[in-house]
Amino acid sequence: MADIRIENLRKQFGSFVAVEDSSFTIHDGEFLALLGPSGCGKTTTLRMIAGLELPTSGKIYLDGEDVTFNRASARDIAFVFQLFALYPHMNVRKNIGFPLLSQRMPKAEIRKRVEETARLLQIGHILNRSVSGLAGGDRQRVALGRAIVRRPKCFLMDEPLGTLDAEFREVMVHELRELHNRIHATTVYVTHDQHEAMAMADKIAVMNHGVIEQFGTPQEIYSKPATMYVADFIGSPPMNFMRFISGLQRGARSVSLEGVDVSVPMVHQDLAETELALGVRPEHIRFSDTSPLRGAVYGSEYLGTNQVVAIETSSGVIKARVPANRNFRIGETVGLEFNPAKLSLFDCKSGRAVASALYSEVGHG
Amino acid sequence: MSSVTSAHSVVEPSPTSKRIAGAIVMLYALITLIPLAWIFLTSIKSPPDSISYPPKVVFTPTLEGYCNLLTTRTRQTPEYIASLPAPTSTCDEVTRKRNMVIAGPSNFLPRFANSLVIAFGSTFLAVSLGTLAAYGFSRFRVPLAEDLLFFILSTRMMPPIAVAIPIYLMYRELGLSDTALGMILLYTAVNVSLAVWLLKGFINEIPREYEEAAMIDGYTRLQAFWKVVLPQATTGIAATAIFCLIFAWNEYAFAALLTSGEAQTAPPFIPTIIGEGGQDWPAVAAGTTIFLIPILVFTILLRKQLLRGITFGAVRK
Repeated sequence: MADIRIENLRKQFGSFVAVEDSSFTIHDGEFLALLGPSGCGKTTTLRMIAGLELPTSGKIYLDGEDVTFNRASARDIAFVFQLFALYPHMNVRKNIGFPLLSQRMPKAEIRKRVEETARLLQIGHILNRSVSGLAGGDRQRVALGRAIVRRPKCFLMDEPLGTLDAEFREVMVHELRELHNRIHATTVYVTHDQHEAMAMADKIAVMNHGVIEQFGTPQEIYSKPATMYVADFIGSPPMNFMRFISGLQRGARSVSLEGVDVSVPMVHQDLAETELALGVRPEHIRFSDTSPLRGAVYGSEYLGTNQVVAIETSSGVIKARVPANRNFRIGETVGLEFNPAKLSLFDCKSGRAVASALYSEVGHG
Repeated sequence: MSSVTSAHSVVEPSPTSKRIAGAIVMLYALITLIPLAWIFLTSIKSPPDSISYPPKVVFTPTLEGYCNLLTTRTRQTPEYIASLPAPTSTCDEVTRKRNMVIAGPSNFLPRFANSLVIAFGSTFLAVSLGTLAAYGFSRFRVPLAEDLLFFILSTRMMPPIAVAIPIYLMYRELGLSDTALGMILLYTAVNVSLAVWLLKGFINEIPREYEEAAMIDGYTRLQAFWKVVLPQATTGIAATAIFCLIFAWNEYAFAALLTSGEAQTAPPFIPTIIGEGGQDWPAVAAGTTIFLIPILVFTILLRKQLLRGITFGAVRK
């Protein structure tokens, strides 16, 4: 296993920039999720690491070795494709053994390794079946088997759960993480699904328009989003933004929202008057009859253990996640209170978070 | 399934419409098979039976047509024939009845062999080159790919015979006239455009993830092409091979113009039988019958791939 270092990686297709000067490091044994909407450059990044696409500029280091222009076959990596790409003219055993065959490994050894891998993935009973008749989950396991059988330096996975139905996807998320815990393989996992990324990854890189917006642990990304894009992309419902116009001074501990003072984590930078947004996660909102910040209930969504209530305020509609034990009438006026330690401030023009006590430890990608 | 439910089914045709469709197919098959059956029947008629009017449907079958096709004969006096030892084969027998003796084998078998070599050789070459070119067009960013493909197709836009004279002159200069190699190259040139276009469609349908997976599994692109793409392209290759073979096998105009001896194929040879000693229709029919067999066998062998080729893309993989 190995670490992967990406330096100023860039990919252009004609005049379209698919990936813009990205740099990050995936440490040995880490599970990184590249998360973003379709067309954000995450798959292109993965394909460049795999050697299926050559970068326009930048460097890729695998285990300290510069592999930027090496052939895919010379990189000693494994790739799991979205549609699995199991060879339809071979059975399960041959599919899993195919990477070993290229290394001219003796037949008996291949047999042993394939059976070992099949045991690990619990697919020993289907080794002699044709791949075309397999169910989605078994295809997935065979594709994983073909990836791990060679014990490569790292695993690259391109939305491998994208085609599975929701119920089974959860099972596979669990299995994939279990597998990772067992074999500790450096893994890069591309997905557009934040739940998959949050549930499996040690680190997440959120991408948008070819740019890595934030690189960090799931906790960092969720609670200290570096940009408004990340704050909006992660979490469901996403972070609420309450826009207002104001300047900021270093050391400030509150902002004025429609004439109401709202406490925020201590601000660590000066900012001239501009449009700002107060970012509040739905679960950091509480109802308080005494709060001067008022709004009218607009609708509510019952989710069993809790409910998401939409409230119309003078700064727009915001959503609060609150316990399910209270009934709201539409139009009812409520007072709102925010958890002051968890609030983010964003500069709307640049979209970036304002430095504050909450963010003092965040590492930007 | 009862007839009531099937009458309401939107996907399953009703028994009545199935029967009507079956009858139409049978009728069509009958119409197209009559000429073939007539050719076969003529090949086992005696020469007088073959030209009798009204045509004979009931007759005594004979192998005379096949004997005449495969041999050359000379006319002899009845006394000479009577002095010969007893006939050693069926052909001896039927020939002597017409006051003739077998002088030697005819040119049919060598011509037939020429046809086999040239048709299968050019098919193999056209399909091999076509597969490689189609793979290239399908997978790589080829500069001016659209124009090149149109250019390749444009070679099929005028009838091949329109270029017969220039090719005749070129071949004379190059010493390719009346050689099997010349004919193989010519038919390959004509067929390769068809092969590229047909196979490009088939290869486009094969997801490139398969080769990418193979390359990541440690194989070079060529190995990936050989081990992963080709096995999945067999359907397309089979269908293309049949089309190429049918063209090369049946081609008459070039063969008549460019081959006369050594490399002559069966299509220009068969009509020459008509001229030898009266209109020997049973021999012509016998030649035609034998000529049909290789295509028939080849098509039956590749039937499965061909049918899969016709329904290709109808089922999501």
